[in-house]
Amino acid sequence: MADTPPILALRDVSKIFAGTKALDQVSMEVEAGKILCLLGDNGAGKSTLIKVLSGYHPPTLGTVLLDGQPIRFAGPREARQQGIATVHQDVGSIPMMSIGRNFFLGAEPTKGVWPFEHIDIAEANRIAIEQIQRFGITRITNGDQLVGTMSGGERQVLAIGRAMYFGAKVLILDEPTSALGVKEASIVLRLVSQARSEGVAVVFITHNASHAMTVGDRFVVLIQGKVAASFARGEKSREEVLNLMAGGEAITELEEELEASA
Amino acid sequence: MMRLVRRPEFGALAAFVLTYIFFAIVTHGAGFVSVNGTAGWMNLAAELGIIAIPVGMLMIAGEFDLSIGSTVGAASMVVAIGTSFFDMPIWPMIALALAMGGAIGLINGLVVVKTNLPSFIVTLATNFMVLGATLGFSRLIAQVTSSSIVQSDTARAVFAAKWGQANISILWWILAAIIGGWVLGKTTFGNWIYATGGNLQAARGAGVPVERVKVLLFVGAGLAAAFVGVLQGVQWNSGNSTYGQGYVFQAPIVVVIGGVLLGGGYGSVTGIFIGTAIFGVISTGIFYTGWSTDWVLLFLGGLLAAAVLANNYVRRMALSVK
Repeated sequence: MADTPPILALRDVSKIFAGTKALDQVSMEVEAGKILCLLGDNGAGKSTLIKVLSGYHPPTLGTVLLDGQPIRFAGPREARQQGIATVHQDVGSIPMMSIGRNFFLGAEPTKGVWPFEHIDIAEANRIAIEQIQRFGITRITNGDQLVGTMSGGERQVLAIGRAMYFGAKVLILDEPTSALGVKEASIVLRLVSQARSEGVAVVFITHNASHAMTVGDRFVVLIQGKVAASFARGEKSREEVLNLMAGGEAITELEEELEASA
Repeated sequence: MMRLVRRPEFGALAAFVLTYIFFAIVTHGAGFVSVNGTAGWMNLAAELGIIAIPVGMLMIAGEFDLSIGSTVGAASMVVAIGTSFFDMPIWPMIALALAMGGAIGLINGLVVVKTNLPSFIVTLATNFMVLGATLGFSRLIAQVTSSSIVQSDTARAVFAAKWGQANISILWWILAAIIGGWVLGKTTFGNWIYATGGNLQAARGAGVPVERVKVLLFVGAGLAAAFVGVLQGVQWNSGNSTYGQGYVFQAPIVVVIGGVLLGGGYGSVTGIFIGTAIFGVISTGIFYTGWSTDWVLLFLGGLLAAAVLANNYVRRMALSVK
């Protein structure tokens, strides 16, 4: 049986802004039914990488491969049409709108004929509630409720559930757990592994090594735009990963200092 | 009960009931609650209301339109000069006036979305430019800044019919509210309006054509303003460059009293309708009390301040995690 190519892959991708290399020869592969964790400290190039993957920026050098074929996205809309959905940490939901209206924004189900064509609110609410309940948010039962009344984790679930409902093949999650409490984060992590078991390729961007280690299959650590390490689950310990992310010294130094003062 | 309180028009409805009862008691026996008194405040509210509805929808999408005032006067002058100076029949002039209103809205919209400048400033500039152009061209062409309108029976029937004291403008107001309420509350476009004002980046990310949404709403506001200009011109038998200047701030005031958030993203046409009705009740009610009409402004300002506070509170309530 021939190997199926990864859904999305980067080959030696560099992105240069006004002479600064934000990404330097990055290669990585995103496979269906796998969670790729992208780790890195602030400024390591994670945001730029997301923007290349989701079609906002074309790479300066190198190739993006979709299903093994080189592709150059004209923009985020084209990437989305190809099944690459990006869920950002804070944007993506509209607090003063209802859950049903948020869920179907831009793809509203309608009934009736113009000029009487209108949104099928009942249907929108029903599906939206069905989807978020499927992912473990059982507290919310009314699709007319404003999104602003949901917690941060519930909003992440709404956004991720929405992307999956609309047929995402690749799910790019930008720091989905970093603003959340422990319990909330675990709901989101459970959803991420559920997405994996449904065959979605997940790119999980985070600077929280424990969250990454909990669900990740493969790990890529970025430092100053370069891939500093790339390894599979179980190959490195949490401490090793933390050290890698911080460029090694910072955390070790801190630990030594704390031990010395204790 | 909580669901009712959370609706955007709840505060406006409560304010309407209170002001109405207040004036009904204070003006007891003066005829404020009579059929004629009711027609009086509705007449006053109707013309403002026709403009306030699209202006409010635009505010829900996160933009202002202060140019509507001058568009009213300009539209009335197009009809006046066209019919009395160039001896044109009235209907083509009405069509021209409406087209001009739509064009002013289109220009406002395109400038706002292309330059990303605040619409408050862009349309304030347009308001002066349109007023100046109307005065200048009127004087240049016809040596006047106001002029009589040559009527036709059909035009009078459509824009100036009366039943007792009630003007046909009340029907136009109700029609505007039905159409506006439908579009905002029920259609996909309405969903896009809320999204555009609620979170521009998220709306764009979901594929909502936010620029088109804004431009179309500006066109709607310009059309409505021109419509009111035609309505007033035909009703009063004359055009005047300065018609409508009062609406520049009255329209956003009644919109906010109606529960629309100043920052956009929240509100309803029902609320805007009630907000306008409150304006009508206060303006006419004061007249029935026999007090000086100076008090109207005090009332209105106080109500505006109360509405902004209440809206802010409602917003926080609506967004509290429960």
